[in-house]
Amino acid sequence: MLKISQSDLDALRKHGEDTYPHECCGVLMGRFDGDDRVVESAVRCGNTRDDSPQDRYHIAPGELVRIQREGRAQGLDIVGFYHSHPDHPAQWSQTDFAEAHWIGCSYVITSVEGGKATVTNAFLLAGDGEENKRFEDEKISVNQAAPVSPAS
Amino acid sequence: MKILIPTPLRPYAAKSDSVELSAETVGQALSQLTSAHPDLRRHLFTDEGKLRSFVNVYLNDEDIRFLSKENTPVLDTDTISIIPSIAGGCCCCPCL
Repeated sequence: MLKISQSDLDALRKHGEDTYPHECCGVLMGRFDGDDRVVESAVRCGNTRDDSPQDRYHIAPGELVRIQREGRAQGLDIVGFYHSHPDHPAQWSQTDFAEAHWIGCSYVITSVEGGKATVTNAFLLAGDGEENKRFEDEKISVNQAAPVSPAS
Repeated sequence: MKILIPTPLRPYAAKSDSVELSAETVGQALSQLTSAHPDLRRHLFTDEGKLRSFVNVYLNDEDIRFLSKENTPVLDTDTISIIPSIAGGCCCCPCL
């Protein structure tokens, strides 16, 4: 299960609206709690696929290095990623699957239709490696309370 | 020096998120890492011993592809980050 605050969910959905008609992308920082992934913050990233941003995304690994370092300083881990599908369903594509390598993490996809975020779905990348990886539908549990700042 | 282990690889590194070791080059560091944790090897390298195409290796904030690759020298204060790539995108035929 993916546990996320309403504000973080709203934030990643709005990111998709802001970048429409291009795909947005970002990182979900938080912690692993048993079989659950608990999101503490959604971090916007740049999409380096400026050759085809309407249907492709790529996060620069250097940006992930920085985000990971800043997260570790706060006791946070990379628990997943999000991106949007402009005018396409919130379902993983063959491209999404082929390019997914963070087994154990959540992949959150939001459909943005005509500039408005509609459906958001989550998928856990399961398996033991590239040879048997698979996406599994993942339930999203939304916490309505405001997120607690790590510093408090 | 420290090697940061990404989530997908921690099950093969005794569930550690980082490993401390001493090496002179990135290649030596990765070799020591996979010697200590042999199950990591197939996830990082091809059968020919090359880093898998989706595995990015950074020395501090630099991609080793733009340094001296596995021959890049390292210091005791350096951090190596293993970062599987993140990419994707919608297509005309969504899969269910």
